[in-house]
Amino acid sequence: MSKILVVAEHDDGNVKKATLTTLNMARQLAEKRGASIDIAVVGSGVGGVAEALAGYGAETIHVADHADLAYPLASSWAKVIADIASAADADVIASSASTTGKDIMPRVAARLEAGMASDVVGVVDTDDGVGFRRPMWAGALLADVVIDSDVWVVTARGSAFDAAAATGGESAIDAFAAEPNLAASRTRFIRFDGTQSDRPTLDEADIVVAGGRGLKSADGFNQVVEPLADSLGAAIGASRAAVDDGFCPNDYQIGQTGKVVAPQLYFAVAISGAIQHLAGMKNSKVIVAINTRDDEPIHKIADYTLVGDAFSVIPELCEKIAAVKSGS
Amino acid sequence: MKILVTAKRVTDPNASLVINDDGSWIDDDVEYILNPFCENAIECALELAEAHDAETIAIGIGEEEIQRTIRQGALARGIDRGIHVDAEEEELDSEMIAKILKAVVEREEPDVVVLGKQAVDGDSNQVSQLLAEMLGWPQATFASEVKIEGDEAIVTREVDGGLETIGVGLPAIISADLRLNDPRYASLAGIMKAKKKPLEELDLDDLELDDEEPKVRVVKLHEPAGRSAGVVVADVDELIVKLTTEARVL
Ligand SMILES: Cc1cc2nc3c(=O)[nH]c(=O)nc-3n(C[C@H](O)[C@H](O)[C@H](O)COP(=O)(O)OP(=O)(O)OC[C@H]3O[C@@H](n4cnc5c(N)ncnc54)[C@H](O)[C@@H]3O)c2cc1C
Ligand SMILES: Nc1ncnc2c1ncn2[C@@H]1O[C@H](COP(=O)(O)O)[C@@H](O)[C@H]1O
Repeated sequence: MSKILVVAEHDDGNVKKATLTTLNMARQLAEKRGASIDIAVVGSGVGGVAEALAGYGAETIHVADHADLAYPLASSWAKVIADIASAADADVIASSASTTGKDIMPRVAARLEAGMASDVVGVVDTDDGVGFRRPMWAGALLADVVIDSDVWVVTARGSAFDAAAATGGESAIDAFAAEPNLAASRTRFIRFDGTQSDRPTLDEADIVVAGGRGLKSADGFNQVVEPLADSLGAAIGASRAAVDDGFCPNDYQIGQTGKVVAPQLYFAVAISGAIQHLAGMKNSKVIVAINTRDDEPIHKIADYTLVGDAFSVIPELCEKIAAVKSGS
Repeated sequence: MKILVTAKRVTDPNASLVINDDGSWIDDDVEYILNPFCENAIECALELAEAHDAETIAIGIGEEEIQRTIRQGALARGIDRGIHVDAEEEELDSEMIAKILKAVVEREEPDVVVLGKQAVDGDSNQVSQLLAEMLGWPQATFASEVKIEGDEAIVTREVDGGLETIGVGLPAIISADLRLNDPRYASLAGIMKAKKKPLEELDLDDLELDDEEPKVRVVKLHEPAGRSAGVVVADVDELIVKLTTEARVL
């Protein structure tokens, strides 16, 4: 029988939402292929992660806990994930299309001589059997792809799947004797400079406020985007131009080459709406564009367009949102 | 030192792609450009070569037209020589591309291979990592800063939570992100010189890869469900009303 191995993503011992969205893709695939699901938890000191995932319907949770796996370096993690897949006899290995998944999973595919579909947004039936739908050309087209090899590797786009709910039942938790190749991999971790923020993360937020080059400077960006995000409990995002010009950190970038989000509500403030930006947000439920112009590409997909200067419109908007929230 | 860099040809991101009834696309009249991430990779190779006195080689895989991309996009900017591997690009998947690159790496034995983080047509983001694993080399993907110190590359990477810095021992694979550098323009002299630079032609037979089959196949293309323009609101008050009573998201 077919078996899908889902690679868990975690942070400081907590299960990330990306694990649950991948799990949901795996459930859709399992239904079509009559497959069972196992989970791989890789890292150092990750017993708690395995326990937290025990009620999600996986048969077995394989825990590779090793000091050399403390940081997700591609070569050693890929080896361990491929080793788990082989030992468990999994024929599909799935993770999220986060930067970690993108970095590691092709190496898993190479180790297992598996074909790989990246960044999938759906599991589909094709004339050639079960396949995956994935965006190409910055989402201008969607492709249905099939994989002809015995083993498949897939990364799932988080924004395209709901988080899987717990199903009850208990998974078996199996300690896997990991043999990472850290020393032989000629790779060393030097430093991580994380973006500090008390706001929700972009992939987990219901509301996203994104700012663009029209905000002119880091000060302008903060002055406009922060109060609006605060009034809504929103995550902050940005266009590439805003990141390139140093208004905000790199991991705020939304788009073809940044993060892909699909919140309930998306504010595009002073963003023109280049195809590469739209690729990262056009599946948001409701889109509001705030722009001095009314003829930009963003307006072709926005549900509501407010024409005006962000510097004067946003303070008024924040005030009136606060009034709505306080019920006056 | 020797640096190998990739030059891939992609359809212009602003071109509209028309789908046939059978779910394939029509490439008549579409403009092609050098993959933007390869521009960053080429700039990275040139800067490393300037700092460390290296030979630079650009490789492109595809139909004959890619020779122009190699000359104009890589050799005219200063890359020393080119390699064109002749293949029908639509017949290749990422693994095949990586196998071709591996065969060329084994012939050329570079110390560093710089690729783009992704190709903006397929958006796969796989080739660099596949190549690294096939060679058993370390990788530093999504690079926004690259330095070589002794026999190690120190690379800052753009990752989801911020910036990560790792060291990878040479030989190594690096994939370029867009903020790595500002690609230079080709000078007129560069364009003239590029015409005379060596450009070797190879085919899959030369690399003993003619029996390989791709594993991933596109069976059909679709247009994504469209999204239509909504309304222009008169002022902040109307926006608030729409968001609370119509969209119900506040
Ligand atoms: C390979 C590649 C990948 C890319 N990937 C991405 C990506 O992942 N994400 C991304 O976003 N981009 C990406 N880009 C860049 C993209 O093509 C655009 O250049 C970028 O999105 C433009 O950002 P912007 O809308 O902030 O700036 P601009 O296009 O300059 O737009 C600024 C907007 O602000 C408005 N404005 C000006 N002043 C004000 C004001 N006071 N109040 C209100 N509005 C104002 C203007 O009318 C204009 O609409 C990529 C490009 C390439 C080539
Ligand atoms: N046909 C090709 N010729 C040369 N380089 C390529 C080719 N296809 C992919 N690459 C390289 O591999 C990178 C990643 O591509 P991909 O994994 O397909 O998104 C690209 O940015 C290029 O640097």
